[in-house]
Amino acid sequence: MFADWPILSLTIWLPIIGGALVLASGDKSANATRWTALIISVLTFIASLPLYSSFDPATADMQFVERAPWITLFNIEYYLGIDGISMPLIILTTFITVFVIIAAWEVIQYKPASYLAAFLIMEGVMVGVFASLDAMLFYVFWEAMLIPMFLIIGVWGGPNRVYATIKFFLYTFFGSVFMLVALIYMYFQSGSFDILMFHNLKLGLSEQILIFIAFLLAFAVKVPMWPVHTWLPDAHVEAPTGGSVILAAIMLKIGGYGFLRFSLPISPDASHQLDWLIISLSLIAVVYIGFVALVQQDMKKLIAYSSIAHMGFVTLGFFIVFTITANPNAETGAMLGVQGGMVQMVSHGFISAALFLCVGVLYDRVHSREISAYGGVVNTMPIFGGFMVFFAMANAGLPGTSGFVGEFMVILASFRADFWYAFLAATTLIIGAAYTLWMVKRVVFGEVANDNVAALQDISSRELLILGSLALAVLMLGLWPGPLVEVMDASIANLLKHIAVSKL
Amino acid sequence: METFYLIIVLAPLLGAIVAGFWGAKIGRAGAHWVTSSGVGISALLSIYVLSGFVSGSRELFNGTVYTWMVSDGLNMEVGFLVDRLTAVMMTVVTFVSFCIHIYTIGYMAHDEENWPGGSLAGANSYQRFFSYISLFTFSMLMLVMSNNFLQLFFGWEAVGLVSYLLIGFWSVRPTAIFANLKAFLVNRVGDFGFLLGIAAIALYTNSLDYADVFARIPGLADTQIQIFGDTNWSLISVIGILLFIGAMGKSAQVPLHVWLPDSMEGPTPISALIHAATMVTAGVFMVARMSPIYEFSETALSFVLVIGATTAFFTGLIGIVQNDIKRVVAYSTLSQLGYMMVALGVSAYAAGIFHLMTHAFFKALLFLAAGSVIIGMHHDQDIRNMGGIRKYMPWTYWTSLIGSLALIGFPGFSGFFSKDAIIEAVHHSHIAGSGYAYAVVLIGVFITALYSFRMFFLVFHGEGPRDSHAKHHLKESPKVVTVPLVLLAIPSVGIGYLTMETMLFGDWFNNVLFVLPQHDTLAELGKGIHGPNSMIAHGFMGPALYLALAGLIVAWFIYTKKPDVAEMIKARLAPLYRALDKKYWFDEAYQFLFAGGSRGLGNALWSKGDRFIIDTVIINGSARTVGRIADWARTIQTGYLFHYAIAMILGLLLLLTWFVIA
Repeated sequence: MFADWPILSLTIWLPIIGGALVLASGDKSANATRWTALIISVLTFIASLPLYSSFDPATADMQFVERAPWITLFNIEYYLGIDGISMPLIILTTFITVFVIIAAWEVIQYKPASYLAAFLIMEGVMVGVFASLDAMLFYVFWEAMLIPMFLIIGVWGGPNRVYATIKFFLYTFFGSVFMLVALIYMYFQSGSFDILMFHNLKLGLSEQILIFIAFLLAFAVKVPMWPVHTWLPDAHVEAPTGGSVILAAIMLKIGGYGFLRFSLPISPDASHQLDWLIISLSLIAVVYIGFVALVQQDMKKLIAYSSIAHMGFVTLGFFIVFTITANPNAETGAMLGVQGGMVQMVSHGFISAALFLCVGVLYDRVHSREISAYGGVVNTMPIFGGFMVFFAMANAGLPGTSGFVGEFMVILASFRADFWYAFLAATTLIIGAAYTLWMVKRVVFGEVANDNVAALQDISSRELLILGSLALAVLMLGLWPGPLVEVMDASIANLLKHIAVSKL
Repeated sequence: METFYLIIVLAPLLGAIVAGFWGAKIGRAGAHWVTSSGVGISALLSIYVLSGFVSGSRELFNGTVYTWMVSDGLNMEVGFLVDRLTAVMMTVVTFVSFCIHIYTIGYMAHDEENWPGGSLAGANSYQRFFSYISLFTFSMLMLVMSNNFLQLFFGWEAVGLVSYLLIGFWSVRPTAIFANLKAFLVNRVGDFGFLLGIAAIALYTNSLDYADVFARIPGLADTQIQIFGDTNWSLISVIGILLFIGAMGKSAQVPLHVWLPDSMEGPTPISALIHAATMVTAGVFMVARMSPIYEFSETALSFVLVIGATTAFFTGLIGIVQNDIKRVVAYSTLSQLGYMMVALGVSAYAAGIFHLMTHAFFKALLFLAAGSVIIGMHHDQDIRNMGGIRKYMPWTYWTSLIGSLALIGFPGFSGFFSKDAIIEAVHHSHIAGSGYAYAVVLIGVFITALYSFRMFFLVFHGEGPRDSHAKHHLKESPKVVTVPLVLLAIPSVGIGYLTMETMLFGDWFNNVLFVLPQHDTLAELGKGIHGPNSMIAHGFMGPALYLALAGLIVAWFIYTKKPDVAEMIKARLAPLYRALDKKYWFDEAYQFLFAGGSRGLGNALWSKGDRFIIDTVIINGSARTVGRIADWARTIQTGYLFHYAIAMILGLLLLLTWFVIA
């Protein structure tokens, strides 16, 4: 019944216009502003639900399509639509934003209206990135994303925020410039910015390789992949809690999404040629970054490095498809890797958000992110301690939580590609548990370390609502990932069919 | 039928949820009632299931509960397989768990004393403890009742989680939270291999369902794969060894055994339930369940055999020099787990499971008795401070005696049948490593008797406790503690005598455990044995029995008659004593290599790789280079008109020259 409604536009523009209104209302009555922002984010979430409930999982075609000319001179269109790859990420975005708004409630006292507005606008823009089927529209949303995040870190960030914002901005901007060149090149080849047309555009190998590298620069920075990851820990450390949550839960996913929407289908032969590069970088992310995470003293840095390692599974899952298809022993399994990567993205959205919110809970009380500033937190905050242990276990990939599902699928799939891929990927079982649980040991367990910890108050009902909802999501996805995998089936099968055919 | 099995699994889970989330509301009594009834229901229904199999009225059940996901034709489901092996495991798990629920009511009654004042984590710790042990029962049931590898792994990790939570239950103790992290990580090393094994199975059989996988294994018996370069490896051996690495973690086999002694930091009831009777035997269960895989690889079987034998012998030796009452029992558990693995290695799966069952009863009994002593001694666990406790704690004394006799394999006691079956099966085996295994399991019998009765005499006999204060307060533990001891003592005596004929040599495990005829050591052994009495008679003809008695007598002589002999031997064999006292330096080596090594590697990668090469050189370096070029470029732009004019003229001249020459 919703198939003909402009739901995507609604999900994009409702928060953007709402955000503008919140911004205009100013800080005169902070509480009214907060409620307005919350209502807008909840409405947006509700508005996005038909994308799931009315989604037809049987087809790989784009659904909820909206198409109108925009800049006719260059044949640029306002062209929206989703498939099983983008839909879960949009719902993740609208879901997480609600909690970011709630998390800011009493915490952000400095210019709350601007803060909330930035997140609402950010939400709309991110949905726009996932829903765009016109490359130029995509690019506009893609770059627009930088501005709210730049402001969020720059205005509400920590002491070293200027360095972090500049680093963040330059890194991501550096990557996306090359993408723009690639998009324009393809426009000249095809005469349009229609992404689906790009998919079927005939390209030679050297063209494909250049395009692939241009996209890689953009997406690798976003994911982020080793060695272009060093902006992330800095950005996380300086960002306010909400900024970290959006950054980890959604913005990183845009890089992974880009590989599926652009790199693989547009340059399948180059992807095949260069898959060793992505696989190597992914495995480096899992192992190398895992060890780096182990020695972090700052909780946010630790979780940031953990994010990079977990995103390594995403790119690994996406790019082992060629090796699996080439393996005579593996009848199937390429799809397992890609679906595993997708599930990992959604799951990491929940878990990293929850972990950053947990750190936020502690930071709001003690104003330190150093692990050594804590110890024995469970003695004064037993409920919080329970949540922290739960999310840590999810981060360590415990079965029954969502963290397990994606890793399990990708490890199973990578074994089909090569024993050593699986071997290296599976080391996360040990390293991931080591860095996460060692942090928990030092922060949550033990005797009360100091007066700050002794004075802690357990989480409020507002914090309980946030952490409880995320815990529920993590548990549900862990116990029954079937429905999520099902909606992606047709789209991913279609993608794999597409990339199996050489463009040469 | 499915609903029926679901009740068995979900009743403990429900108890755990209620006690965990509403512990403060329902209070202590509410928590122990709701969890104990949940587990009690499971226990009763499990016994009903088992009796159904005994009478022959129950059929094997293999069904799906729900589909977890389907990806790429790979069906991942949650489902139950209930056959005779499962029924035995379910009964053992729920029965022991039920006894431990009851016991915990007494043992944890004063838990608030274990927490610092004002700690909110200690506020409802009693309820939380019950919630955890019920959650454990649920997880363990999921593990043993699974019909596929996914759920097996789920249960496998879930019991690990609960073990982690319970070892670190007293989270204010630094030793406890060190031990639980260690336990989890060492287990994860095992799980690492286990998961790769599952991945290999998924690749070559394209299924995770036991029945499907087992059906395809014989067809893969000759498949070779390449892992290192071009060397060929038998696929089944690789799968078998990878899966067994998981079992080595969970069942604490050398060299992944280091976590189990430290796990004694947890409260005693869970040492009995998780770290003696049930969870640690999951590896044994798993290998037995996978017998259709292991039978096709003698390499994997030999691997199991040698690891098991090594564990049985070397950890038993350590048991002799321990002075903490729980650690003695812990090393004894390690050693006995080694015996079970030895049984599996010689394809005597039935004997392994049989020993698992008898061991669950008598080892849980020994742990609970040790706990009872610990209550009496006001949480002093050093056996050198004890002595003469027999007079004060008669119930604990007699049940401990039963447990110890069962452990050393005294004729007629349950442990006799299971251990003798293992030793004789090894004797009949011809696979690589069986000679070594036979030698060490025999010497192991002597060692077992020695450490068991060393502890027994030191604790219960001789002069009373040194500390007169402790002596004054010594009294028998309350009924909730002694009743479970009696409940466990009964099967420790009789279960072997009653069931050995069916389980070891009968048709109980037909179509459940798969044994190739050329590996069937038990059938060979069974030719000479007709009933339990015949087995006892047979025992008198072998060396094991005499070795056990010798160990008992040596312990009696040294620890009740001539205590200075122990000191003399210690002085004579100082280097050996040191090696045992230091547990062969495993902990130190691991601490240095793995804990220190990974921190060092992490620091190096971070400070050299991330911060120096990437950030300082590449990122900030290129920023500086841009800055330097800009600085230089700025110097050209002097602002003087004549500079620009000269530059223009020079440029023009150059251009002109170029045009002319070209």
